[in-house]
Amino acid sequence: MSKKISILIVDDEESVRDSLYNWFIEDGYQVECAEDATRALTLLESENYDIVLADIKMPGMDGLEMLKRIKAIRKDSIVIMMTAFATVDTAVQALKDGAFDYVTKPFDPDDLSHLIRNASRQIILVEENEVLREKVSTLENVEELIGKSEAMNKVLKEIESVAQSNASVIITGESGTGKELVARAIHANSSRRFFPLVSVHCGALTESLLESELFGHEKGAFTGAVYNRKGRFEMANNGTIFLDEISTISQKMQVELLRVLESKKFTRVGGNKEISSDFRVICATNRDLKTMVEKGLFREDLFYRLNVVNINIPPLRDRTDDIPLLVDYFIKKYCTAMNREVLSIDAAALKQLADFSYPGNIRELENIIERAIVVGNGRKITVKDLPVGKETISSSVESLDELEKQHISNILVKYNWNISATAKALRVDRVTLYNKIKKYDLKPSKS
Amino acid sequence: MKSEKVILISFGYFGEMLLENMVEDVSHEFFLPVLIKEGHLDLSDFYNPARNQYDANKLLKEIDTNFSCDKSKTLGIFNVDLFIPILTYIFGQAFLNGRTGIASMYRLSNERYGMIKDDDLLVSRFKKEIIHELGHCFGLIHCQNPTCVMRSSTYVEDVDQKNRHLCSRCRAQLLNT
Repeated sequence: MSKKISILIVDDEESVRDSLYNWFIEDGYQVECAEDATRALTLLESENYDIVLADIKMPGMDGLEMLKRIKAIRKDSIVIMMTAFATVDTAVQALKDGAFDYVTKPFDPDDLSHLIRNASRQIILVEENEVLREKVSTLENVEELIGKSEAMNKVLKEIESVAQSNASVIITGESGTGKELVARAIHANSSRRFFPLVSVHCGALTESLLESELFGHEKGAFTGAVYNRKGRFEMANNGTIFLDEISTISQKMQVELLRVLESKKFTRVGGNKEISSDFRVICATNRDLKTMVEKGLFREDLFYRLNVVNINIPPLRDRTDDIPLLVDYFIKKYCTAMNREVLSIDAAALKQLADFSYPGNIRELENIIERAIVVGNGRKITVKDLPVGKETISSSVESLDELEKQHISNILVKYNWNISATAKALRVDRVTLYNKIKKYDLKPSKS
Repeated sequence: MKSEKVILISFGYFGEMLLENMVEDVSHEFFLPVLIKEGHLDLSDFYNPARNQYDANKLLKEIDTNFSCDKSKTLGIFNVDLFIPILTYIFGQAFLNGRTGIASMYRLSNERYGMIKDDDLLVSRFKKEIIHELGHCFGLIHCQNPTCVMRSSTYVEDVDQKNRHLCSRCRAQLLNT
């Protein structure tokens, strides 16, 4: 992966700026100059420079003060200070304040080139490291896709066949079935696996926050936008973007998303520079998008753009064959995490687990096992360690959505439809509660 | 605008043979006719007494303003010790993708480093520097190929290691511009 390193030169002397500019441009770097610290900070707000090469002694704000401000904006930025022989002490102070290195003027040509080469190497290594970290975490998560049932084998085959293509994928399935794990598996088996998999939980963000999260924003685009920020689409360049709970996005965002998917180009919020990004899109939802399209709640064109391939993950109650494997996996996972000897489970407990309907799917099973390990005292998990059939949620309601609807409705009634009090009791914010009320079409009863 | 020729302007005396010697090789490298001219400048305006050297930035701008034209690439040839404020010395410099460059023979002779005089080696080094700076004028950046003339050279030993030709990659880039 080759990257053109960009350098910002900050010096009040024009001849020094010109000389450095010529020197670096001949070496093939991308170079810009600023005549003082204020101008440099303005440039840094709108552009990310890999290396800043700054004089310490400048009128107005000096190089050391500028260094502190740059570090406050981007802690990992590489700043090289330039100084005359007489101010070596100051240069040492600069190193303590986080400068990458310093050079004394005039430079030996070799020293300067060597310094910039070292800095460039560090930048490239850091970026490679980030990509590899992402790769490792991706591969770890793929191991969590557990199951030998016929239903799960079908999902695994679908993942294998779709991974190598660039097609958009919609993963459907009830809450807790492991949609994100499937997305990670597709990414990890695709040719994009050495680049990032960027996840966005659309349901957790308001429209404006989601817009800023996806497209990024320029400094001053809105209150709180104190500096430039890359969006998720930009971060996912060459990789994959995973949009969870895609059904929750507003009509406006649906239009924006369609436009980006078609052109792979967008602008940051508050910006006017068009940015290109090459990404693959994978979406997930626990709702029936086709029905939403029929009801006019989801754009048909966007649905067809996203729904090139559909992978449906069966609920756990439809693949009970996998329960022993999953139980075994979660016991090992939590015993290892808690630094305990790996427990076993007795036959009666396993049968009780196999008979349960799991409205919360695998996530619920995982919680049950974690709890059993924490509360159990013996070397074996027994029926008494399981909450199933006791204080656990009622299994008379089959769908998790239905259960959530009932619970929210009960709490709303309990607090006389006081939104703030209900949201506080449910431990969600008011926006989420309003969204849920809208989603389940809840209304106060007329009495 | 596409260049029609290369102009080498000498500031100072270099001997007829030396410049004539340059013409064929420079022309061969850039596929353009090469013209030799004599230039006159009061170099004291560019002298920096504190460094006992000549300001290459000022010289480059002077040549660009008063001696260059858009239809050609012009290279000023000197025999004085050149510096730019950030570096202890330079052999030459040019405007990348511009119309002007400069090169000096001053630091290229063996005697400067206490070695035996070698005129052939001096001509060879100077030729490489001239082609190198003209390469920048044609938009070529420093090349990593150790034998390419566009390889960056800090010391005369570096100049000696490369040859006077563009590598195939730089040549291809030159033909595309």
